[in-house]
Amino acid sequence: MLDDVSFEIRAGEFTGLIGSNGAGKTTLFRVILGLTPASRGRILLAGGARSRRNPLIGYVPQKFLLDPDMPLRARDLVALGIDAHRFGIARPSRARRERAEQMLAAVDALEFADKRVGLLSGGEQQRVLIAHALIGEPRLLLADEPLANLDLRSADEVVALLARIAREQQIAVFISAHEINPLLPVMDRVVYLAAGRAVSGPAKEVVRSDVLSRLYGHHVDVLHVHGRVIVIAGAGEDLGGHELRFPDAETGS
Amino acid sequence: MSHFLSPLFETGFFQSEAVRTALIIGTVVAIVAGALGVFTVMRGQSFAAEAFGDIGTTGGSGAFLVGAGPLPGFLVFGVLAAGAMELVGIQRARGRDLATGIVLGAALGLAALFLYLGSTIHNTTGAVVTILFGSIFTISNSMIPLVAVLAAVVALILLVIHRPLLLSTVSPEIATARGVPVRLLGATYLLALAAAVALCALTIGSILSTALLVGPAAAALRATRRAGRAVLLAGLLGVAAMWLGIVLAYDSYYWPPKGNGWPVSFFVVTIVFVIYLLSGVPAWRERRRAGRTIG
Repeated sequence: MLDDVSFEIRAGEFTGLIGSNGAGKTTLFRVILGLTPASRGRILLAGGARSRRNPLIGYVPQKFLLDPDMPLRARDLVALGIDAHRFGIARPSRARRERAEQMLAAVDALEFADKRVGLLSGGEQQRVLIAHALIGEPRLLLADEPLANLDLRSADEVVALLARIAREQQIAVFISAHEINPLLPVMDRVVYLAAGRAVSGPAKEVVRSDVLSRLYGHHVDVLHVHGRVIVIAGAGEDLGGHELRFPDAETGS
Repeated sequence: MSHFLSPLFETGFFQSEAVRTALIIGTVVAIVAGALGVFTVMRGQSFAAEAFGDIGTTGGSGAFLVGAGPLPGFLVFGVLAAGAMELVGIQRARGRDLATGIVLGAALGLAALFLYLGSTIHNTTGAVVTILFGSIFTISNSMIPLVAVLAAVVALILLVIHRPLLLSTVSPEIATARGVPVRLLGATYLLALAAAVALCALTIGSILSTALLVGPAAAALRATRRAGRAVLLAGLLGVAAMWLGIVLAYDSYYWPPKGNGWPVSFFVVTIVFVIYLLSGVPAWRERRRAGRTIG
């Protein structure tokens, strides 16, 4: 499905994984997590080989919808991030509670900390899941389509939050999206997937007609229209009105 | 017994050996059933629990045919059913329902044969009622150690696996990414569930066993936002239903038709049902209140 995909992501940076549906974003995440074996190639994390059960990676899966009846408050789900993979009993302690409280504060989720997770909105659930992933102090945070099914405002808030986390906690934040627009204001680097290959680098260097044409293997137009950038990948590629907008686009606004 | 409770507790209630045994076994079983039940409801596996109970009928009737007690039969067939379900792929919902249904039908057919042969050979039909609907007053107190050990094993398994089990119930993807052996955990949980259902079958009968497992748990899950509290509350509600059921069944000896008590299982299952209905009242009232302010 993916071939010859090579790139690096850095601590303290916000990296976006962009590609249309079926481009292989989830597959790539699964390979990074060690859930799907790669036929060849390797993944290095913090300079070493990535092992399974890796506490260095925090993961927010795609399409997370919890049953409203699940007896779990937001703060309980966050606390599960500490050591829920272990067997036996966890002694409740003040340190655990305080750590969960800190993480909830870090993702602005204190207001709904005592509500059932299943009753929260999509944006609120995303924050709680991010806190759940971060409480184990990972070096890399993977979030698979965290903006799917979010309204525009919630999507912007989640993006701003993830960017802040990357800078403040000096971890590598790597999120996938099929829509690049919401990420552009904060994205340090982009990994662009198409036709089983990838290009990566700063967004302005990647989202260009010549670079994307090489990636797709045929001519691709990148248009700047009234401060918006639109990628037209040509016949056969369904990008469904894929719109790109640079905040500092040359055409001005 | 203090005088104001005497209308409830008929004379001789606590002096009766059968009642004491029933109370002890009923309490132990209700606690374990509540704990397992909470996870069963959360994981959406009530149908699997029902299947273990029904397949337990085959085990219980087979044990009756060869002249053994019902519990080993319930247990062995429940555990075999758990293994079979795991093999046919409990992960896929469609395959699971289909396979469970087909295996269930075959097992109950076998139960029909065993019950017929057993009643004919042993020249009694009482065992049929005992297996299907339970008969907690007829349990010998020599069963207490076996029930206690089995319950302790189930509780211990749940205690050991409850955290990763909860995580994999919330999100199998997150659990897998964190190295939790999700499938092995699911299989272990199914085994514990099969044993818990066998215990329920002993007290209130194989085909009613799910009521004690799922009913108190479902009511508890409506009442609390926390998993730990749900487990405690489910156990408490189950014990309450069991005790009240035993008391009423004992009292019913003096109800018509006089001289024949009503079955305990009827009372327990009915009380569980009422508890479940009542647990929906707060949410119902809230909806009504919300409807009024809008309308």
